[in-house]
Amino acid sequence: MAGNVEQPLDLILLALDEEILVKLRGDRELRGKLQAFDQHMNLVLSDVEETALKVEVDNETGEELIKSVKRKMPMLFVRGDGVILVAPPLRTA
Amino acid sequence: MLFFSFFKTFIGKTVTVELKNDVIIRGKVHSVDQYLNIKLEDIEILNIESCPQLMTLKNSFIRGSVIRYIQVYAIDVDCEMLQEAARREYKELKKVAK
Repeated sequence: MAGNVEQPLDLILLALDEEILVKLRGDRELRGKLQAFDQHMNLVLSDVEETALKVEVDNETGEELIKSVKRKMPMLFVRGDGVILVAPPLRTA
Repeated sequence: MLFFSFFKTFIGKTVTVELKNDVIIRGKVHSVDQYLNIKLEDIEILNIESCPQLMTLKNSFIRGSVIRYIQVYAIDVDCEMLQEAARREYKELKKVAK
């Protein structure tokens, strides 16, 4: 299957119709099934879960707490300029 | 061109655009161009508390480069056709590159 991988984007082609992990600018990650992509790394994902990391400052102690906020979206277009990396998902969750 | 064609099929349909400044706008797609600039009609700002100055807007032209996500209804997407189009487009791209 991996015999004809010559270019980086060939790997993305193999990920079509598969679950992927996408790391984005602004401390965001997406997991979802890849439905489409182009050379700019614009993507369409289905059954997406977004995990956004947000820093909250505790009013009393002034401590910075890092909170992860999750949300689900059934069908999502992602603009390519925000994409940092695309990978097979980690099998931890 | 794949996503230009993709969004042309959404003309007249409702989508939710999330911008890089976290503003979330829902509206009906009026038109789209090759840069994925999008014109929306009958818009509604979903997180109006973060940008009350936008409350009175009815229509908007959004520059493609400020878009982070576009949420669409899954029912408006034919996944099989979309995957096939992505494969075809990629094949064309490789052919041109050679």
